[in-house]
Amino acid sequence: MVHEILFIIFGLICVAGAVNLLVQRHPIHSALSLVLVMASLALIYLLLGAEFVAAIQVIVYAGAIMVLFVFVIMLLNAGAEEHSPGSKIALLMGVPGVIVFGCLVGWIMIHTSTQLGGVRINPSDFGDTHNIARLLFRDFLLPFEITSVLILIAIMGAVVLGRRQN
Amino acid sequence: MDIKIYLLVSVIKILLVIFILLTGVAYTTLLERKLVARIQNRWGPTRVGPFGLLQPLADGIKFILKEDMVPDNVHKVLYIMAPMLALAMSLISIAVIPFGPSITVAGHTTALQITGVAHPDGSLSDINIGLLIILGATSIGVYGVALAGWSSNSKYSLLGALRASAQMISYELALGLSLVGVLLLSSTLSLRGIVDAQAQPPWFGWLPHWYIFPQFFAFFVYLMAAYAETNRIPFDLPEAETELVAGYHTEYSAMKFAMFFMAEYMNMITVACLATLLFFGGWHGPVPQNAPAIVQSLLPVFWFAVKVFFFMFLYIWIRGTLPRFRYDQLMAFGWKFLLPLAIANIVITSLIVAWRA
Amino acid sequence: MVPLSWYLILSAILFCLGVFGFLLKRNIITIFMSIELMLNAVNLTFVAFANYWSEHGLKLALSGHVFVFFVMVVAAAEAAVGLAIIIAVFRTRETLNVDRVNLLKL
Repeated sequence: MVHEILFIIFGLICVAGAVNLLVQRHPIHSALSLVLVMASLALIYLLLGAEFVAAIQVIVYAGAIMVLFVFVIMLLNAGAEEHSPGSKIALLMGVPGVIVFGCLVGWIMIHTSTQLGGVRINPSDFGDTHNIARLLFRDFLLPFEITSVLILIAIMGAVVLGRRQN
Repeated sequence: MDIKIYLLVSVIKILLVIFILLTGVAYTTLLERKLVARIQNRWGPTRVGPFGLLQPLADGIKFILKEDMVPDNVHKVLYIMAPMLALAMSLISIAVIPFGPSITVAGHTTALQITGVAHPDGSLSDINIGLLIILGATSIGVYGVALAGWSSNSKYSLLGALRASAQMISYELALGLSLVGVLLLSSTLSLRGIVDAQAQPPWFGWLPHWYIFPQFFAFFVYLMAAYAETNRIPFDLPEAETELVAGYHTEYSAMKFAMFFMAEYMNMITVACLATLLFFGGWHGPVPQNAPAIVQSLLPVFWFAVKVFFFMFLYIWIRGTLPRFRYDQLMAFGWKFLLPLAIANIVITSLIVAWRA
Repeated sequence: MVPLSWYLILSAILFCLGVFGFLLKRNIITIFMSIELMLNAVNLTFVAFANYWSEHGLKLALSGHVFVFFVMVVAAAEAAVGLAIIIAVFRTRETLNVDRVNLLKL
């Protein structure tokens, strides 16, 4: 009962934040709505037993990546968005396509709802940091090292691209 | 425990902690003014009440009664929300900090921590990821600073806010990495677990098993990074009076400025509490065994308060003594000195832990 | 007990809203943020299925969480480089409207 209420509240906050991201004209409002979406997603991860993922969602995604977005918006002094005609093909084919996709996924989900079962909040060490660490540093060690090289390349790329050309 | 009793106990704990914390913040401002004054060979506030002890009350009344104005061209929603966000994140950090072991009042046992529970068999548990919650609250606190400066629609505020938030996110890395050394030794992220891991028998029979002794460099990195996170001297360029008027809170007055002020001092108290929990053994101290139960529960809190007071004293002492860093020196210090030192500490600690196991 | 399909429907809604934002918005930073919204929706699916598999006894059920970790790392790297590119484009074109940046000629 409490689980359903919590999921509905945070789910509604997520969807409201995402809709606000689309509706707002100024990018700073969109950025803050996205931060709200990420924070409520972190709470939904807690409902799914993923405590470490929820913590790093707040620390990395909402606390570092979105701060970078907000910085860039402040630095570039981006004003409110102006209305300009977009690509006709994207509107004509994209919007109905996405609606069809969304309805298809929703229909499939509703029809397999009984087969998928439910989510229970039970006290176990499922999403515990120990277990994730065991998995990350044993089974997924190679991808972990490759992502560290990826971050190094991204740092070098960002520094080179962001420099002034003189 | 029954849900109603749990809610009642939690509400009592929250009110008590907030009351003690706000009083602590108020008297920390007085302590700072008096200590800095004594360092500078003058008295500090002495007129309001005996030894100036009622000065925070006067300051509080001033803040409440001042005209709370909102300048014309500010971005209203963000202008009002930014100090509330900063204050809320500071309070969230306090919610996971354990002040002592359990306390038993009127037959009900509860842990001395807002988010801690006592089980019927006497064991205490708290949030598994307590340390990560504090890091997360610090990360979101950057938004309070950045949005305050941007929404004020003034170039001093914007520059101060950008500098302050760049400084805060740079030193968050060193802060997080310095704590990894402690985590390698305690192998748990829960704050109560880290303190319990320091309850082992002392080294050489007399040196307490606190993590400051094996992790001295991590302690140094943590302290420097925490001073930069809370924007205190020697890292307070973004809010120095002689630099950018007042940085990101130039355009704020009265209650909103008071909220920023309280958030800064609460962050200082959180940093001090975290330093005592992680490096100084939390609430461990000599407790006489034949004392009544209530004294045995509250004496550890007294030791905790003594250690936190020592850290506040250190904060204020350094404020009165050192000059401030220039901005490029500050960023170079964080990225080129503290970060490699923290990483080297992690490497050496993990090698030693792996060797021992 | 909340059915797992509710979490998946929420993820689908967020993903579709992200695609809408990508197609309909004209500011380049908002388009980038819609991409981040899509990545978050995918993360929610990963975590939901990690929970599902842990209840149904798969040994590596936690690999869902590890995948989320990797997705976040990749999103961070992409955000850093993408925003650097946006800053470089802004310096030359003086505009953030994506319809003004559609020719190689300035």
